[in-house]
Order: sequence, then structure tokens, then C-alpha cells
Amino acid sequence: MTAATGADGLAVTASPRAHRRVGWTALVLAALALVPFVLPGYFTSLATLMLIYALLAMSVDLLAGYAGRTSLCHGAIFGTATYVVMYMTTTAGGNPWLAALLGLVAAILVGAAFAALAVRTTGVYFLLLTLALGMVVWGICQRWTSVSGGENGLRGVSRPALLADPSVFYWFVLAVGVVATLAMWRLVCSPFGLALKGIRESESRMRSVGYHTTWHLFLGFVFSAAMAGLAGVLYAWFNSFVSPSTVALAQSVKGLLMVIVGGVGTLFGGIVGSVLIIVLENVASSFTERWSMVLGALFVLTMIFAPEGIVGKLRSHVARRASP
Amino acid sequence: MSLLQFLNGLTFAALLFLVASGFTLIFGLMRIVNLAHGAMYLMGGYVAYAAASASGSFLLGLSAAVLAVAALGLVEQGLLRFVGGNELRQVLLTLGLALMLNDAALVLFGGDTFSVPMPAALQGAASFLGLFYPRYRLFVLAAGLLVLVALWLVMHHTRLGALIRAGVDDAETVQAMGIDIRKVFVATFMLGMALAGIAGALGGAFLSLYPTADSEILVYSLAVVIIGGRGSLAGAVVGSLAVAMLSTYGQVFFPELSYFVIFGPMALLLAFRPLGLFGRTT
Repeated sequence: MTAATGADGLAVTASPRAHRRVGWTALVLAALALVPFVLPGYFTSLATLMLIYALLAMSVDLLAGYAGRTSLCHGAIFGTATYVVMYMTTTAGGNPWLAALLGLVAAILVGAAFAALAVRTTGVYFLLLTLALGMVVWGICQRWTSVSGGENGLRGVSRPALLADPSVFYWFVLAVGVVATLAMWRLVCSPFGLALKGIRESESRMRSVGYHTTWHLFLGFVFSAAMAGLAGVLYAWFNSFVSPSTVALAQSVKGLLMVIVGGVGTLFGGIVGSVLIIVLENVASSFTERWSMVLGALFVLTMIFAPEGIVGKLRSHVARRASP
Repeated sequence: MSLLQFLNGLTFAALLFLVASGFTLIFGLMRIVNLAHGAMYLMGGYVAYAAASASGSFLLGLSAAVLAVAALGLVEQGLLRFVGGNELRQVLLTLGLALMLNDAALVLFGGDTFSVPMPAALQGAASFLGLFYPRYRLFVLAAGLLVLVALWLVMHHTRLGALIRAGVDDAETVQAMGIDIRKVFVATFMLGMALAGIAGALGGAFLSLYPTADSEILVYSLAVVIIGGRGSLAGAVVGSLAVAMLSTYGQVFFPELSYFVIFGPMALLLAFRPLGLFGRTT
């Protein structure tokens, strides 16, 4: 955690370092925008998926990294939005933009309900409770066949005609992702984000200083749920299909693993994690159908050997080298 | 109608108790939330199915399940040694293990639904009070009660039980008094796994076995522990009864949303007692 404050503790000031950072960001964004011109179609859709999952991972990191609350229900919130969008566009035959709005609202409502229950708990209890809550969503999607389609799920074109072209859709996701990332970045640097960090370190101390910690956690949770829901809406447009596996525990686990691999509490680590895990998923599934096994093994190995994540591990390695 | 539902709830509660008692003991004593517990249950069921169909003996299937799951539990404990002390890492490790076990079960047994063959004596229905009720379900109820009594005796009348109860409250002090708490940990973990194995074998005959059964059982166990509080036998009993009754009656009144019904009281309880009915702070 000490290494993280060095990198993100300083907000943007008019220093040469800040200028350099703006320059780098612009360069990376330009490179990302060029992806559909350079890479063939399949890779563009893979890149789109990475951006969507990066959003999910960052939403998980908002809670896990900054508020110290590891959630296992974000996959369910993500999937709720996906289900709502798919239901509204296919079964109800509504406008995709309206469906997207409703999906986002649904994710926020589910998030608020979950938050109201979960913010009083900490540590393992928080994890347990969010796990159980996420499972309830999964159970409902599995059994409420008249609405959710049960195991068969819902299928159909849900994307607005405007975004039908894969490259256009990629740029749209990129733009949404940049705006959402900026919003999250602003949030964690704001006094509100610092208060969340304070709660992570010591909730009782923050409370005695006069912060309404429960309210902070609630708002943080709901904001994080909104981000997960946004990712879920984009996923519905991307995939045109939803089934119970979209809201299953494995989805939350995937998001959390991306955060852990990228480094908890680094926000942008979620992007790195998303890229790594999606690449791995695609490479692995090209020669084995046992992706779930790989995911599980990855989790076990990461927990044993690199609990601070790959980015965190590299950073501490570099730090050790720099200052012997 | 109502007596039938009541019996259904009661027998389901007995099964839930078998799964959740092991879960809550491990959670209470070792602070390990074993998210692989559902997968262990499923594995136990599959092993019992394979052994019982091959040998034709239900009892043999049951023992095979207990042994296999206890052995898996030992492996899990070995892995958990690497991340000792850190609660979150432990939980996430068991989660990874759950995914692996579930996938391994899918490889070994495929996606079909199986039922552990019942012994002939327990097939069919018993009639009493003007009601025909499956014998096997009554047997599960009896088994649940038997295990409850046995666990109570172990917990309150043996040295191991005293150590477990002391460990739930304060493991460090137990260790400071010259007792090797790690041996108690291993024993408890094996006990919990054995219970999961038994539950898998018994549940595999009337709930049947399929690839997502492990998640369902895990959610029920979590609900039991959240309601009852960790590490408490009484909490496991009350929690199992509450969850089983709610889910049974929920299935009658809201067939498609029965999952949702167990969630209401859980929410209510958490608002007033975040540690569960019988839970205590460290």
C-alpha cells in the first residue's frame, strides 16, 4: 500500500511530471483508438471485451482497494444490467438506449439494496454476505424461466443500429470507458475517496473523527455498482446473449481476480488485469475446455505466491532493486 | 398438505444441518470460510453414487464418500497452510479450489443428473397419520438427529469438544495453555469434511446430483451460518430449520422465486444482529 500512495497520492498539479503523465495518457489513448485500423476484426472484438471487463474490474477495485471491502456480488450486479437490457430489447422489444438506461437503473437499485445490507459488515463477513446476495440473483435468473429464459437465456440483437459496426462499437466502448475511468479516478482522489481510504485503515477512527462512515460506504458501494452496471450494459450490447452464467459467481470471481492480478488499490491495475485474464482465457480456451479449472488454479496459485498481484509484485521488486 | 410440507421442511433442515454444521465449526474455530464446502458436498455425492452403483451397497457408498471427502479436506488444509493467518487470502484460496473441484466433477461425471441408489429397505413410502411419506426422507431426518446428538456429545462431553469450544472463543489462549491447537484444527477440519461427505451421500439420493448443486448447497449453508452465527451448534440447528422451512414454504407459494424467500429474514436479522443469532464477537 505504501508503494501505491507514492504513485497516486499526488493529484494533478502543474508539474513537469504531471505534463508527462498527460502526454503518456494521450499517447496510450491514441494507440487504443487506432486498434480497429491495425488489428483484424477478431482482435477488435477482443479489445472491446477487455475494455468492458476493465470497467468491471475497476468497479470491484473501488470497493476492494479503496474501501477495504472485497465484494463477490459485482458479477451479479453486472449481469443484472445485462439481463435487463436483453429482456427489454428482445422480449419486450424496446428501444436499446432506453433499455440501457433501465439496465443501469436496475444495477444501481440492486447495488443500493445490497449495499444497505452489506455496509455494516467487514472483512470475511462482507465477502460472505455479498457472495450470498450475488447467488440469490443467480438463483432467480436460473429459476424465473418465464422472464429470464432459464438455462437457455435470452438471445437477440440488443445493440443500437448506430453502433452495429464493430469498429464504431469499439470506439463507443472506449469513449464510455475513458469517461467512466476519469469519473472513478476523480472519485478516489476526491475528499470522498480519501475518506473511503480512511475507513479502510480504521473505520472506528474515522467515525470518531466525525465521518458518517456507513453513509460513505453506502455511497461508495452504489457508485461502484453503477460502474459494474455500465459494464453490464455494454456487455449486453457486445454479446447479444445472456444466460445464468453471466450472473454466476464465476463472473464476480473473474472480476476480482483481474483486480488481484493487476494489484488491489491501484484502480488502473484493473485494466492490466483485464487484459491479462482475457488473453489467458482466449489462449487457454483454444486448447482446453477447462477454463473454469484454469481460473480456479490461477486463484489458488496467486493466493499462495503473489497475493499482492502481478503489478504489485513487480513494483515491490523494482522498489527493492532501486533502494537496496 | 400442511403436514406434508412441514415434513418436507424438516427433512430438508436435517440435510442442511449435516452440511452447515461442518461449515460453521470450521468457520468458528479456524476462521476459515470454506467456500469449497459445497463442492466437497457434491464430490461426496458423486463418489457415493459411483461406489454405491458399482458395489450395490449404500453403506459402502456412504463410507467411500466420507473417506474421499476427508482426504480432499486434508489436501485443502495443506494448501491453506501456505496462506495461514490471512483471512481474505484463505477465503479466496478456498474459492479457487471450489472452482477446480466443480470443474473436475464436470470432467469426471459430465453434466447429467444422478441419484445415489437407495437401499431397498428405504425405498417406498411409510404410512402414518393418514399420510404416505417417503421412507428415505424420514431416514435422512433420523440421520440428521443422530448426528446432532453425536456432535452435541462430542462438543460437550469430550476433551476434543472442550478444546473446540475453547478454540472458537479464543484460539490463542488455548495454545498458550500448552495445547497444540493445530491438531485440534486438523481434527475439526476432517470432522467438518466428513460431515460434508455424509451430507453429499444422503442428499445425493433425494436432491439428486448435478453440476450446479454445489453452489445451491453453499448458498444455503451460508444463509444458515449468517442466520445462526458462526461456530455454534445451536445456531446451526436454528439456522437450518429457518432456511429449510422458508425455502420449502417459499417453493409452495412463490415457486419461481423461492431463492428470494430465504433472503428476507437474512436481511432482517443482519440489520439487528450482524453476527447472527448465536454469534459472538471474538
